[in-house]
Amino acid sequence: MAIIQCENAGFAYDGRTVLEGVNFSLNAGDYLCVVGENGSGKSTLIKGLLGLKKPDRGTVRFGDGLKSTEIGYLPQQTQLQRDFPASVGEVVLSGCLNSLGGRFRYNREDRERARKNMERMGIEDLEKTSYHALSGGQQQRVLLARALCATKKLLLLDEPVTGLDPVAAGEMYNLIKLVNLCDDITVIMVSHDIHAAVRYATHILHLGQKQLFFGTAAEYKESDAARRFLGGNRI
Amino acid sequence: MTIVQMLSYHFMQRALIVGVLVSLCAALLGVSLVLKRYSMIGDGLSHVGFGALAIASALHLAPLAVAVPVVIVTAVLLLRLSQSSRVKGDAMIAIISSSALAIGVICVSLTTGMNTEVSSYMFGSILSLSRSDAILSVILSLAVLALFLLFYPRLFAVTFDESFSKATGTRTELYNTLLAVLTAVTVVLGMRMMGALLISSLIIFPALSAMRICRSFKAVVLCAAGISAGCFVLGTVASFFLETPTGASIVVADLICFGICSLLGSRD
Ligand SMILES: Nc1ncnc2c1ncn2[C@@H]1O[C@H](COP(=O)(O)OP(=O)(O)OP(=O)(O)O)[C@@H](O)[C@H]1O
Ligand SMILES: [Mg+2]
Repeated sequence: MAIIQCENAGFAYDGRTVLEGVNFSLNAGDYLCVVGENGSGKSTLIKGLLGLKKPDRGTVRFGDGLKSTEIGYLPQQTQLQRDFPASVGEVVLSGCLNSLGGRFRYNREDRERARKNMERMGIEDLEKTSYHALSGGQQQRVLLARALCATKKLLLLDEPVTGLDPVAAGEMYNLIKLVNLCDDITVIMVSHDIHAAVRYATHILHLGQKQLFFGTAAEYKESDAARRFLGGNRI
Repeated sequence: MTIVQMLSYHFMQRALIVGVLVSLCAALLGVSLVLKRYSMIGDGLSHVGFGALAIASALHLAPLAVAVPVVIVTAVLLLRLSQSSRVKGDAMIAIISSSALAIGVICVSLTTGMNTEVSSYMFGSILSLSRSDAILSVILSLAVLALFLLFYPRLFAVTFDESFSKATGTRTELYNTLLAVLTAVTVVLGMRMMGALLISSLIIFPALSAMRICRSFKAVVLCAAGISAGCFVLGTVASFFLETPTGASIVVADLICFGICSLLGSRD
């Protein structure tokens, strides 16, 4: 049974179609990498999967009893107000919001999860620091820690390594793979790093205003789509 | 005249109790409204509130009973408008608020004329608070405070990053509506003392002052609440002794506090 399924899904802004013909389904535990040029509709698809944007055509369906409260999400460089007064601890803890259920307060378990994810991201020393006083890469780690707090079954990441230094980016890929394998979390990640994509992901979705390729990473390496994308070079 | 004598007046006791509670509500909600770039909504609502109060007094209806529901409906409407990308949200707010003000003024001039009651709606008066108004105000503002505190984690998340909250399964429309309803109630309650023209400063000033000096959301909320209540008491006491208008005195107290916070904040 698929955990998430797109059938001929298409998306438009103000009547202008930006993405169409998306057909794929993922099983629990899969790791999908979404690739494509700038403006090819990757972020739009992510928003579609999250229910932030309604498909104009086709359907996006959750299966396997997946609920939206079991999803973690890292947005692509949000326009979070630059002057927003919030400490790193508060931002990360807000990722536990979807575990509140009927409760009004975060409990010890939530706080423990927030602390653990801050440790994973190496930002536990920044807990009391103001979010807007951080560098871009540090902010990215904070938002990742928040996304991990929210994740129970599915993790969607829109360009998670943007702004991270090479060492941190490598650690990030390893960490995401670890979450995927050990916690059995389904991962959908947008990335421009095609080499990392085929190395870590189980499946690749290649977009360019429409679906150009969907299949396993091994199939993708042999595909025309990959060859064209890399300008004739093989991976 | 001493403070003790001042406190022996029933209207002063009422004004201080209701005022402090309403100031706390305004400050707490103000932090979210300012951060969500909704500060104009407070201003718009107060003008609609004026229109509603003017019509209510022309028709000899209970002012709060008319104004509270009308302003709540407007608040929900304004929120929808400012969220939809198709309409220019801020322009719509300006249109609605000045129309409501105009209708209110016409309605008043056709019936009772511009009497002291109307001027008290415009600029506020601590004398205007009747005993039943005061009781209702205390109940409503306690309800606003309780709801804010109960939903604090959700309101924080929705304020900080609405699309993340929505994507991870939080019903953001519900909490935005809650915010709008609480704001509407607070604006109407505050209008009697502050006046339609000055109430939005009660929402905006403490939040801005607190944001100058605090680094976390919790600290900003607590600090704004303290500043708001403090400035209300200072302004009211000053207006009593100096015989200046209450609402205006409170705004000036908030302005001075904002100046001090800006100086403190810019040092580091
Ligand atoms: N809010 C919006 N309103 C109108 N058009 C939009 C909006 N967001 C995206 N678009 C359009 O949709 C298309 C796809 O955008 P999208 O953000 O999905 O691209 P992307 O693949 O994520 O690109 P990038 O690699 O730069 O992140 C673009 O042509 C863009 O102009
Ligand atoms: Mg994108």
